[in-house]
Amino acid sequence: MSVAHILAITSGKGGVGKTMLSANLAAALARRGEKVLVLDADLGLANLDVVLNLHPRTTLHDVFTGKAPLDQAVTDAPGGFQVLLAGSGLIEYSRLTPQVREQLALLLDTVRPRYDRVLIDTGAGISDIVLYAVSLADEVLVIATPEPTALADAYATIKVLAAQQDRTTPMLVVNQTQRPGEGAHVATQLQAVLRRFVQRPDGTSITLQALGDIALDPAVRQSVQKRQLLMLAYPGSDAASDIREIASRLVAATAAARLQSGR
Amino acid sequence: MAPLSPPARESAVISVDGHPLRVGLALQLLERAGQHDWMARLEPGSPAWMQALIDGLCTLSSRDPLTGLFNRRQFEASLDSEIDRVARTGESALLLLLDIDHFKHVNDTYGHAAGDVVIRHIGKALQDSVRPMDTVARLGGEEFGAVLPNCPASFGQTVADRVRKAIEDTVVLTAADQRISVTVSVGGAFAPQWVRSSSHLWMERADQQLYRAKAAGRNRICLESQPRSEVSNEERDMLFSAVSAFVPDAMDTSTDPTLDALP
Repeated sequence: MSVAHILAITSGKGGVGKTMLSANLAAALARRGEKVLVLDADLGLANLDVVLNLHPRTTLHDVFTGKAPLDQAVTDAPGGFQVLLAGSGLIEYSRLTPQVREQLALLLDTVRPRYDRVLIDTGAGISDIVLYAVSLADEVLVIATPEPTALADAYATIKVLAAQQDRTTPMLVVNQTQRPGEGAHVATQLQAVLRRFVQRPDGTSITLQALGDIALDPAVRQSVQKRQLLMLAYPGSDAASDIREIASRLVAATAAARLQSGR
Repeated sequence: MAPLSPPARESAVISVDGHPLRVGLALQLLERAGQHDWMARLEPGSPAWMQALIDGLCTLSSRDPLTGLFNRRQFEASLDSEIDRVARTGESALLLLLDIDHFKHVNDTYGHAAGDVVIRHIGKALQDSVRPMDTVARLGGEEFGAVLPNCPASFGQTVADRVRKAIEDTVVLTAADQRISVTVSVGGAFAPQWVRSSSHLWMERADQQLYRAKAAGRNRICLESQPRSEVSNEERDMLFSAVSAFVPDAMDTSTDPTLDALP
């Protein structure tokens, strides 16, 4: 029986393209034949529904409150994948109570055998609910832009995840790069700062897995304005092609990790 | 219509577009609160008069009569809008809850009239020790609250201590020439950045800290610690050099596309 690889997508700072990446990466992975579920775990400030232009009648809120079965809340998204949307009624779950913890863990146990990949679109920042959502995932992907504040927040997030959850090989995507090599340069520098300032008790540091960059591309903004997926509205754009490459590197990285762990 | 004279106010019914409106009680309440300067100036039933009546009632329903500070209703509304703001901007906001220590003792020793004077002075000391942009309210009894927008986590303790000290230093002179000093316990919690919480949860978290401050011996401050990782200036500088390396040099004309068109 196949078991889904669970990837949490997070960012230190809000507004750096986390939800854009979650939705479009899901579409790119689906295109490669994977069965993908995106879980909207940005419970306090969800906007995956806006990006996908979906208005499901049943949301996670209904599942958590026992009003509807899980299957009813799973919604088909344009792009060939499925989503579980939080819904605005989930405001009360923006705090990590034992009930929310239990519900989220149960949910992932339930969906894991049914998919090839589950992407968790977490909230931004380092709130307890974000940290918890990340802790449920097999791997974590941090997205940042080449701006000082976004980079500092991404760095802080990586440090906290290493300290609290022993996440020593986080994935990195640099969004909105403006010239060739900018993303690679940022990743190298981030890696250098980590190596210099973060030492694990066993003497090792954190090793970033750079999955690639996404070019600053007007097509991204236009797709959001049209409320369509970038991968569907502008499949030939630079950003869409970057996301396909990221999907391809992600698939390779997962396969390598599975081979290593023998799963 | 001539302005209503004071005796006419109690049972006043005015006609607006031919509809009778009972405004007697509203006018009476506003007059008792000292908010009646407009009544003689404006024509009853005119748009300006109606607006002044609405404004007056809004003020009345949002203020605490004893201290003139906001009341709990208005305070919770302020918390809600502050939560919306921090969810969007990621700015840090601090909620402080203050409770006068052993206030029952003040009432028992000096009488309730003196107790009211103490409440008024503490309210003023609190208001004077924060910024004009901060929202200060009397929440009931001897409990006060303050919302401090845009208050960085590192300033929290300093700000809270300034407030605590200002109140400790306040000496209230009673009608019987007695000098009363009181202390406060302070509990504080920051709004979760980037996460839309609820005013109820935010108050609950600050209240837990207030409880801790009381239990730890009163006249002290307890702030909820945040799950933040500290990023030193050295780490920041090294990170930011990654960004600045890719900002084009002002003298580097090779990257200016407008020059390509020149002969």
